[in-house]
Amino acid sequence: MSTHKQKTFQVLAVAVLALGVTMSVAQADDDRGERYGEKYSEKYGGKYGGENRGKPVQPAQTNTKFQQECSTCHIAYAPGLLPAESWRRMMAGLDKHFGSDASLDAGDNKEITDFLVNNASNRWRAPTAPLRITESAWFTHKHDDREINPAVWKNPLVKSPANCAACHVQAERGDFSERNIKMPK
Amino acid sequence: MFHLFRASGLVLMAVAGLAAQPALAETPGEILASIQKEAAGTPGFQGFSAARGESFFKAKHGTEWSCASCHTENPAAPGKHAKTGKVIEPLAPFANAERFTSPKKVDKWLKRNCNDVLERVCTPQEKGDVLAYLLAVKK
Repeated sequence: MSTHKQKTFQVLAVAVLALGVTMSVAQADDDRGERYGEKYSEKYGGKYGGENRGKPVQPAQTNTKFQQECSTCHIAYAPGLLPAESWRRMMAGLDKHFGSDASLDAGDNKEITDFLVNNASNRWRAPTAPLRITESAWFTHKHDDREINPAVWKNPLVKSPANCAACHVQAERGDFSERNIKMPK
Repeated sequence: MFHLFRASGLVLMAVAGLAAQPALAETPGEILASIQKEAAGTPGFQGFSAARGESFFKAKHGTEWSCASCHTENPAAPGKHAKTGKVIEPLAPFANAERFTSPKKVDKWLKRNCNDVLERVCTPQEKGDVLAYLLAVKK
């Protein structure tokens, strides 16, 4: 191996190593669950059959209109919780939003859609676009009966799986880390 | 002639200024007046009635929800979203000074809520009756 080739090889090795470290850090939040969604994972790759919300879920720079409009009836769900196509579908059907009319004027709708799409999940590989965050593979996996006692869902303080903030006390800020979970009694 | 020209110019400028600020803060009374203007064009209009507004507010209109389902039977008290449980600030201006001060917000919510409660848009008469009721709530 000539000196030149040796140098190229060294640079390449460092790059590969760095990539490996970055990837393992990025995956660290998913503590288990390699097996889930095997039928899709072969086809589309990635965890949760490719329905992986990834990180970060809440961008550093938020949007005032999004915060105001989307938090009136429920918490402003972080854009990173769903892929871009889900947000496009959601914002195109606001007049029938889970049984309520939540329509906005055209200008506000466009501004919020752009914000959601630009900050959507960066690791969603499956060709799916659910409207309910709770229907995604990673959500059902993270909240299955082994993780959450089924009695928790019946607690009136929880009311619905859509009520993230009942247990994830920092949900509004897009923080779903394990240390910020507090089950209501 | 010159004065007339100048005056109409001023009026034009004032109108243009208003049009440029659609979200301009107003008072509930001004919002009621603009609904009244709309209602005056309908045949047989004889003014608004707070009593009629109250029964409209508390009644169901063919769907699962009435206005009171979320805003409660007392519009001066905080309500709760019938589905998500999120707190809704009081609707009566007496209890919440922010209510009915932004025409844009009023239009947005009347479109949404009339659609949820009646599955149609509300008539100017219905909107005016309800606002007259909400303005009459003083406790």
